Amino acid sequence: MVGLTKKKERIDQLAASSATAVVDPTDVESSGGSILADAWRRLRVSPVFWIGAVIISVFVLIAIFADVIAPHDPGELLLRSQTRLARNQLAPPQPGFPLGGDQLGRDLFSRLVIGSRQTLLVGVFATLIGFTGGLILGTLAGAFGGKVDTVVMRLVDVLLSIPSLLLAISIAALFANPSQTSVIIAVSVVQIPVFARLLRGQMLAQRESDHVLAARALGVKRAPIVFRHMLPNSLSPVIVQATLVVAISIIDAAALSFLGLGSQSVKVPEWGQMLGEAQQKIDSYPHLAFWPAGCIIVVALGFTLLGESLREALDPKNRR
Amino acid sequence: MLRYIVRRLIQLVVVMFVLSLLLFLWLRSLPGGPDSAICGERCTPDQRVAMRHALGMDQPIWVQYFKYMGRVFTGNFGYSSGVEPGTPAIEVFLHRLPATIELTIGALIFAIVLGIPLGYFAARRKGGIFDNLGIISSLVGIAIPVFFLAYLLKFVFAVKLGWLPDSGRQSTDLAQPATRVTGFFVLDGLITREWDASWDAFRHLILPSIALGTIPFAVIFRITRSSVIDVQNEDYVRTAEAKGLTTQVIRRRHILRNAMLPVVTVTGLQVGALLAGAVLTETVFAYPGLGQATAIAFQLRDFAVLQVLVLASAATYTLVNLVVDLSYALIDPRIRTR
Amino acid sequence: MPLLEVEDLGVEFRRRGLEPFRAVDGVSFDVDPGQTVGLVGESGCGKSVTSLAIMRLLMPRGNRVTGRVSFDGTDLLRLPIRDMRDRRGRDLAMIFQDPLSSLNPVISIGLQVTEVLQRHRGMKQSAARAEARDLLDQVGIPDPDRRLKEYPHQLSGGMRQRALIAMAVACRPRLLIADEPTTALDVTIQAQILQLLGTLVRENGTALIMITHDLGVVAGLCDEVNVLYGGRIVERANRHELFATPQHPYTHGLLASIPRLDAPAGERLHPVQGSVSDNIPWTSACAFAPRCGNEVDRCRSASPELTAAPLGHGHQLRCFNPVLPDGAGVGATGGSAPVDSAGEAL
Repeated sequence: MVGLTKKKERIDQLAASSATAVVDPTDVESSGGSILADAWRRLRVSPVFWIGAVIISVFVLIAIFADVIAPHDPGELLLRSQTRLARNQLAPPQPGFPLGGDQLGRDLFSRLVIGSRQTLLVGVFATLIGFTGGLILGTLAGAFGGKVDTVVMRLVDVLLSIPSLLLAISIAALFANPSQTSVIIAVSVVQIPVFARLLRGQMLAQRESDHVLAARALGVKRAPIVFRHMLPNSLSPVIVQATLVVAISIIDAAALSFLGLGSQSVKVPEWGQMLGEAQQKIDSYPHLAFWPAGCIIVVALGFTLLGESLREALDPKNRR
Repeated sequence: MLRYIVRRLIQLVVVMFVLSLLLFLWLRSLPGGPDSAICGERCTPDQRVAMRHALGMDQPIWVQYFKYMGRVFTGNFGYSSGVEPGTPAIEVFLHRLPATIELTIGALIFAIVLGIPLGYFAARRKGGIFDNLGIISSLVGIAIPVFFLAYLLKFVFAVKLGWLPDSGRQSTDLAQPATRVTGFFVLDGLITREWDASWDAFRHLILPSIALGTIPFAVIFRITRSSVIDVQNEDYVRTAEAKGLTTQVIRRRHILRNAMLPVVTVTGLQVGALLAGAVLTETVFAYPGLGQATAIAFQLRDFAVLQVLVLASAATYTLVNLVVDLSYALIDPRIRTR
Repeated sequence: MPLLEVEDLGVEFRRRGLEPFRAVDGVSFDVDPGQTVGLVGESGCGKSVTSLAIMRLLMPRGNRVTGRVSFDGTDLLRLPIRDMRDRRGRDLAMIFQDPLSSLNPVISIGLQVTEVLQRHRGMKQSAARAEARDLLDQVGIPDPDRRLKEYPHQLSGGMRQRALIAMAVACRPRLLIADEPTTALDVTIQAQILQLLGTLVRENGTALIMITHDLGVVAGLCDEVNVLYGGRIVERANRHELFATPQHPYTHGLLASIPRLDAPAGERLHPVQGSVSDNIPWTSACAFAPRCGNEVDRCRSASPELTAAPLGHGHQLRCFNPVLPDGAGVGATGGSAPVDSAGEAL
């Protein structure tokens, strides 16, 4: 209700449009194959999809093999002797240290490589938690309707009425000692109402759809209808949203780090934290900020591109 | 229509009520709540008990809630402890409000004036170079963290090139600083005919507005583009073509008017992103608005100011969306005549 | 001299990632002034695409239109688009299938009617307003003054279609194309709309191209009928001949598939077997062969031409083994095809 009806209606519309497509048998027929095969046919020729996929693959590979790739321990002050902050001097790039040292004399390259892990963790876990929470709430509301729906959705409305970053900050502030975990929780809780609303809209559209009505008329019980008919057909816009949320979470987490609500760990580097620290001295050493920022932008862009291409491919309007 | 407005206003009250409850619970569960914030890190247990009593924290929770609600209704949120120590929180809020409104309007103007025409042209030449450039830059615009973009702009245009001021709302060395009338410095300068002051305030607004307006710009660009593309394929546009209408009439009356509906909605939703983005942008540009106050209040645990800010931003967001919905009814007869 | 001559019209869809698809393939027909010509076939046969191609309403991107569409001596397909815009709505107008989606939801009915008058008849606001009122009255919309101020969603389905018709006939066009004008309407409303169209056409001497899948509409309204299948005309005849001696197995099937009230209760329906997706290309075969009960070997190895039919005058046919009365062919196509997939062919 209140104020945000439009935001919701848009989410619901999104839901409804794809729901009808899934239901309409002629649509499936004309595309000459399953929805997935059809989507894949369009993805295969989409440069947006391939750029996104390559960025994400490279990023995930780096995160997995970070220990092998990183030449040094990211926490060790190997280049401290060359660092003179008073004279605005940092260790320059040199053999073994392709990007030089940071303000404490640690190897910048190794910190970036190891940092990819934390970023991946934040992105993936925040999305998983947000997705799962939204899935539970949305399924409850969508499957039962009535009072359950009203209560769940009112709560969702209230949460949606707080600007997302402000909500994330508020949640992060609840933790006495900010850490990677608190960041993940703060960033993911923000996404729960979004997923819940999206999924509920989908489920409601499905409830009214012909095949669910048919199943109900045939006497199929509630649980099988929900889990076999409604849920699978509701998922495609949710998957698109999930891909985009990975990018949003990474950016939000960086914002929390910037505001001093991120991980304070000295040992485990994280891009948002590196960026936050570097920004205090951006006038003197801009490259210290540009590297982690560049990494965040490229990865966020990768997930955004993937999400956009999926949306495009799964959009019933594009199905001919 | 009137009943619709009344119903929406009642809903607004309900949401604000639930929100205030959540806010109360949230304030209560913050680490080292108000007592130790005021008392300091090193206070003896005795001092703490005394402080808790003074703050009414030893009373039953529902009593505390009623007292809290009473304070909310009278606008008495207590005194700021960190942002502007000693000032009533509500005054901190009111004093800084014009600065943020000015910045938000600047950002919205930047986003709308650029986003809608560019989105429209991209849609007209779908798949062309301009379209692809537009899509790529809007995707990058969404992927850049706001605060980094703010730093980037500040670094390039203020620090390196020196074209624009790098922080604050007005220059300290201004021969004749603006007289405060409304609190909107650009406007104040125009009212009092202090042209220099007005121009100076405007120059201070440019970089923060661009930084803050980039995400809304990207979103508005994309929704305009996709909405125009959708509407172009609508049956009624084909009807208009079949009627032999001129291209201008088709574009203006049949395509743009319909395509603007989702754009209005999404623009309203961007106000949420602006309120959040202001926290980051104002911090980077040391811009003395509500966003900067929010960041400081969190760092210094200034709870009095915090609750005003959270409550106010949620209220603003919901109100703006109500206004958007109503203005929507003005363009869409399907809602107006319901 | 015919008002409209369509010669060898072809439309090819070229979509990224898909094989080019010939939606309309060598379609030729004439329309005389005041004549009503039907284009009949199931969905996907190319009848709507034909009409859009005549009006030049297909997007230039992804669609290739070939052939000639000569209107009163001018080839519309080669006309500069500006001149084409001048003619649309004035010389030739079109009515669409779904009246709700074909009307602009955020503009009043009045403006949607007057904008045509202002554009083509150079009328001033007030004159156009009065004329629009008369037009609504003419198409049978009660209380036209009120309706002018209303929006499409406030009108009933039949009313919307009447409003669309009013817009189409506003400038007394010489050719009207109606693309399934009754499909989205209730049966009782359908009859009213058809009657209205018939009256308007007769009174104004307008030529009409009626696009439909409904043979009932054809029987009631059309002088001449073209049956389309897979983008080609497979049978052409005047109305009486077509209903008396349908000779293409497809036409025969369409007619046989209409349930008869005088048939004994419990008798099977006779749908046309298969669906459009069973088509094979026309290049070296008959596209209808896979669904045809009359198929002979040649049907799969050569492409039939449109030639004079064995029976009737001016009756044309694209078939190697037509259905003839008294078992001259292999037999009635309808036969006993139990699979219900006649689609819209009722």
